[in-house]
Amino acid sequence: MTVERIIFIAAGVLILGSALMVVTTRKLIQAALWLVSALFGVTILYAMLQANFLAVVQVVVYIGAIAVLFIFAVMLTRKEMRDNSTQTRSNWWFSALLGGLILSGLVFMILGEPQFSRLAESIPPGLDTLRNLGTALVSPGAYVLPFEVSSILLLGALIGAVYIASRKEEDK
Amino acid sequence: MVFLNDPVHFVAGWANGLLNGWGLTANLATIIIYLVGITLLIVFAMVLDIMLVWVERKVVARFQDRLGPNRVGPFGLIQPFADIIKMVIKEDITPAGADRIVYNIAPVLAATSVIILWAILPLASTIYGVDLNVGLLYIVAAGSLGTLSIIMAGWSSNNKYALLGAFRMVANMISYEIPMVIILLVPTILADTMSIKGITQAQSGMWFAILSPLAFIIFLISAIAELGRSPFDLNEAESEIVSGFNVEYSGMKFGWFYAGELLHAFTFGGFMAVLFFGGYGGFFGLEKIAFFSWLNNPFAQAVVFIAKAMFGYWVIMWIKYSMPRIRIDHMLAFNWKFMTPLALVVLVNTAILSKILPPPPSWGYTLGMLFSNIIIGFITIEILRAYGRRKRKDETRFTPQVVQD
Repeated sequence: MTVERIIFIAAGVLILGSALMVVTTRKLIQAALWLVSALFGVTILYAMLQANFLAVVQVVVYIGAIAVLFIFAVMLTRKEMRDNSTQTRSNWWFSALLGGLILSGLVFMILGEPQFSRLAESIPPGLDTLRNLGTALVSPGAYVLPFEVSSILLLGALIGAVYIASRKEEDK
Repeated sequence: MVFLNDPVHFVAGWANGLLNGWGLTANLATIIIYLVGITLLIVFAMVLDIMLVWVERKVVARFQDRLGPNRVGPFGLIQPFADIIKMVIKEDITPAGADRIVYNIAPVLAATSVIILWAILPLASTIYGVDLNVGLLYIVAAGSLGTLSIIMAGWSSNNKYALLGAFRMVANMISYEIPMVIILLVPTILADTMSIKGITQAQSGMWFAILSPLAFIIFLISAIAELGRSPFDLNEAESEIVSGFNVEYSGMKFGWFYAGELLHAFTFGGFMAVLFFGGYGGFFGLEKIAFFSWLNNPFAQAVVFIAKAMFGYWVIMWIKYSMPRIRIDHMLAFNWKFMTPLALVVLVNTAILSKILPPPPSWGYTLGMLFSNIIIGFITIEILRAYGRRKRKDETRFTPQVVQD
């Protein structure tokens, strides 16, 4: 058992355990904190694949921004911090069946993949992944269109937020 | 003289040989050496932290025309140890209704978010943890873990003041992260890399603080905001919300927040040194002269780095103890209406000039960058002055009326 495998299994347990706690815990803030823990586990996987940029951005965006805003929103909007209702519906068995089917399908597919148990290859020294990523994002042959479209989407969200925030001032 | 030129690898190689001699596999020996190295780095940071308590208390005393601790040991040097012993033997209180697990994890996470920064801080050209190619983003990521720890502390304490402190901290951090991230791109453009070591090496001829003084000032302000130090200490605000997020913490759990804050300030002093003052190097080519060749020695570089970091820390303290706390709406307006636009202008200016001007080791490059910054700074001050004049005129027009809220 190599070190990589031990870390991989630990990260997997962390992600799955945290994800399970997100949906089962009754305290809303704790659910959000478990979500942070699950997202942090994904960071470990990125770091193991030597995707430094993705790992750091995962922390900055998902833990630093989204999870924090999530917790913030929950703290501001909910009066009752505990969810006392029953956590399952009467037709839970159908979702369980569906989930089980999808899981077994995925497992079947992954096991059929010849590269299933292959370890991540180490990046050759001197290869600047960050620079390649940056170039790919703005080169017409690669991802410039999705990149620009997503920036227009963000701009739209920004303008919308400003509009909603400023309209209330006029109402007063 | 291998040890003097590359102490870390020399000791690691020696330990590796030793462990292999004991019959351990190469894999296990590497893991043990890394663990020991990490532990030693943390111990170094924490011991430095103990001394920072003394530095902080002495410096604040000087700013307030006092003497500071001077009874325990020479110059009060043993005072921080007395502080720590006091903290450790204090009663550990958990408030009723607190979320125990989150409440106990928060101080650990607060200290961790600072200590992980030391992984990328290069003390000398051969003494550093890891040279990440995304070093600058790593700083931002560590900062977001710090925010998370404060939210956890504020929420789990089951205290309204603590929760208010956490709210304020989030507003503060989410705002000031934006000029911080934008301005971190300026050293990236100037050095053509995000790696901390690459940025240090790119400054061997000229400091980035000279090439872009405005970027340095914006980084300093957003770093202070990120640290949550005065004038941005709204999350603590002793006079309003009695210490904010850490009000319920006692003993060493409070001590972790306090130690984390001090070390964080020093660490940001270190990042200021690395990003804008050449870090362990940056002697303007002095180290190439034979007489000053000792400046290339890692131990001399470490001393230079610590001195520069201490200077940055001193500037942060200087601002902390001479500025009153800023009001929350002023803080947000200052960030969104002043810092963020200015940071964007500086970034665009740097990006365009770095392509137009003659390539770096030249006077045209240095002077062009410096003068463009001076012009931007001048225009900014003129705009602010016109704004202030207009505000004052508005206020004088309304003075005769009774102010109704």
